[in-house]
Amino acid sequence: MYRYDAYDHRFLAERVAQFRDQTRRFLGGELSEDEFRPLRLQNGLYIQKYAPMLRIAIPYGLLSSTQLRKLAHIGRKYDRGYGHFTTRQNIQFNWPRLEDVPDILAELAEVEMHAIQTSGNCVRNITSDHFAGVAGDELVDPRPYCELLRQWSTFHPEFAYLPRKFKIAVSGAQTDRAATLVHDIGIHAVRNALGEVGFRVLVGGGLGRTPMIGHVIREYLPRAEILNYLDAILRIYNRYGRRDNKYKARIKILVKEMTPAIFAQQVEAEWERSQGGPGTVPDAEIERIAACFTPPPYVETSADDAGFRAAVADNRAFGNWVKRNVFPHKVPGYAAVTLSLKKTGIPPGDATSDQMDTVADLADAYSFGTLRVSHEQNLVFADVPQSALLALWGELKALGFATPNIGLLTDIICCPGGDFCSLANAKSIPIAEAVQRRFDDLDYLHDIGPLALNISGCMNACGHHHVGNIGVLGVDKNGEEWYQISIGGDQGEHAALGKVIGPSFAAGAVPDVVSGLIEVYIEHRHEDEDFSDAVRRLGIEPFKQRVYAAAH
Amino acid sequence: MPQLIKDGAIVEDRWTLWREQPNGALAPDHPAIVPLPWWIAQRSAPLARGEVGVWLAPDADPQALADDIGSLPLIAVDFPQFSDGRGYSIARLLRSQYGFSGELRAIGDVLRDQLFYLRQCGFNAFAVRSERNLEDALRGLRDFSDSYQATSATPVPLFRRRIALPVTGDPNKRA
Repeated sequence: MYRYDAYDHRFLAERVAQFRDQTRRFLGGELSEDEFRPLRLQNGLYIQKYAPMLRIAIPYGLLSSTQLRKLAHIGRKYDRGYGHFTTRQNIQFNWPRLEDVPDILAELAEVEMHAIQTSGNCVRNITSDHFAGVAGDELVDPRPYCELLRQWSTFHPEFAYLPRKFKIAVSGAQTDRAATLVHDIGIHAVRNALGEVGFRVLVGGGLGRTPMIGHVIREYLPRAEILNYLDAILRIYNRYGRRDNKYKARIKILVKEMTPAIFAQQVEAEWERSQGGPGTVPDAEIERIAACFTPPPYVETSADDAGFRAAVADNRAFGNWVKRNVFPHKVPGYAAVTLSLKKTGIPPGDATSDQMDTVADLADAYSFGTLRVSHEQNLVFADVPQSALLALWGELKALGFATPNIGLLTDIICCPGGDFCSLANAKSIPIAEAVQRRFDDLDYLHDIGPLALNISGCMNACGHHHVGNIGVLGVDKNGEEWYQISIGGDQGEHAALGKVIGPSFAAGAVPDVVSGLIEVYIEHRHEDEDFSDAVRRLGIEPFKQRVYAAAH
Repeated sequence: MPQLIKDGAIVEDRWTLWREQPNGALAPDHPAIVPLPWWIAQRSAPLARGEVGVWLAPDADPQALADDIGSLPLIAVDFPQFSDGRGYSIARLLRSQYGFSGELRAIGDVLRDQLFYLRQCGFNAFAVRSERNLEDALRGLRDFSDSYQATSATPVPLFRRRIALPVTGDPNKRA
């Protein structure tokens, strides 16, 4: 993991002092609500439906056990003993007191954490592949570049008051596990014919009210130029992005209005002036950062542990868990394990402080003291010896984090929704729970196979419903909560936006609708055809007929 | 005489800001900041005038002043709301692309909590909103001791100083 040096520590201390003073001036009446709002947002603090909400940054989803223990402590001391992991690999606390936030930030700074730019119209937390550094299909480890971008975006003086929020995702693997096509900027770390690292740059993707897939504006950018190039993109956006209508203010609208080709030309012209200048990153700096991401001290073992193999054969429940929750590792004898935060009856992404403490202990015991947060709102131990999987499974079962449902229908991505969020049109957590209860038969769930169900409580799409194979969107109809269903969405390198199947449904009908959609899929699917491929082949008609016939 | 913050100190403001076009001729002994459209219409006219500066709206293109950069003593950039960040990019362009070295002044909704970033982007004068305490606002310039990025105020980015590397990049290229 990246370790702070004296500069990083000093900046963080200065930030805490700055926000402490701003909070004091706000509470003392020197700062108006309007003046304080962007300041608190850029420190992760929302004023929510029932209380403030504090969103803490987990840069590119990477956490040490020490940091997780601190989060557990913050949940216990300042909140109600739990936190919520988000689709941007961050964590939110829903009940802190405004007056306590400077103290919380000071405590976070002790473990090199913060809430900087987790909200507001600025560059947000950089997100990445939760299997970075361990996946077999990786071309380039994205983490050093994520850290380079974290520092570049932190307190960037020119881009703190953009037209709208700005999200960047970085992937270095063949499979895109970071949803880079639906970000304001998507960055793919690649290698050219000479083996040098560079980046493919995409702009203008995003979800929300007007979902769009990003456009490649440069196929190969030398890595040293990444900051100059990002400055150029952001400068064009800062100057010309719309500020008259917040629903048209994201960069995707500007790119669409200008056309991606013209936008790219302007970026190139801007970059031309800075290329090779002081903002060009020297190799020595990339090496300094990369030295923080060297592999942990793996023990050389055989690729196939006999005890592990026997346990998989003997124990069906363990076998199911291995099949769904264990991901292959590039180092022989190791595996990456996903801890499912999607147990039925628990809001997706939630973990209690006690669970966090236990997870921290397990990370120390099984995975070199580090873990990751995935954008699917689960946790990942990236470096577990195969021979320890059975023991770890036992521990995770006791903790409630061993539900063997990763990538399956009940691994639901879900925003906090109307239970917490003041923007929501409708609740989302109870819908997730109702669907999980309907599909509680594990055999059936495994038979359905990989399927992403995403739920958002409003158009802002925090649950990424557009890219769910099945997407559920809460809508308001004359003050009542209804749910619009879309199908055929996809994330990753084949990102696609789902199509709405028709009029929305009452909350109680959603499990039946999902059942109907699944039945049609199972009846018609070809071998190894996943849900969205089936929708592409069949069209939405047969799905529509089934669920609306049943509803009448 | 009103005051403002300039080069890190509170000073008297000699300049008159004309939000609309000036009514009548500009007095030679009375420095004036005029709107860009008025300046464009007047600049070639041989006026009897003293010191003149120009202010830019956030949607203005600094290219319009490209020929005046060497002769203008002052350029101001307006912030209709402090949350409108376009002026930060205008300042960066004026300083680094056009090489403006005179007084660069933030006007409009200018507040303490934005001063540090404004200075990093190249502003050296801040016409803080008149009802605000300037001593208090001065503290805003000291919120941070340094910054990660290459900026007008910190042309050599931290990542070059950290590894003790000289600026090896092309000196004609801007940060």
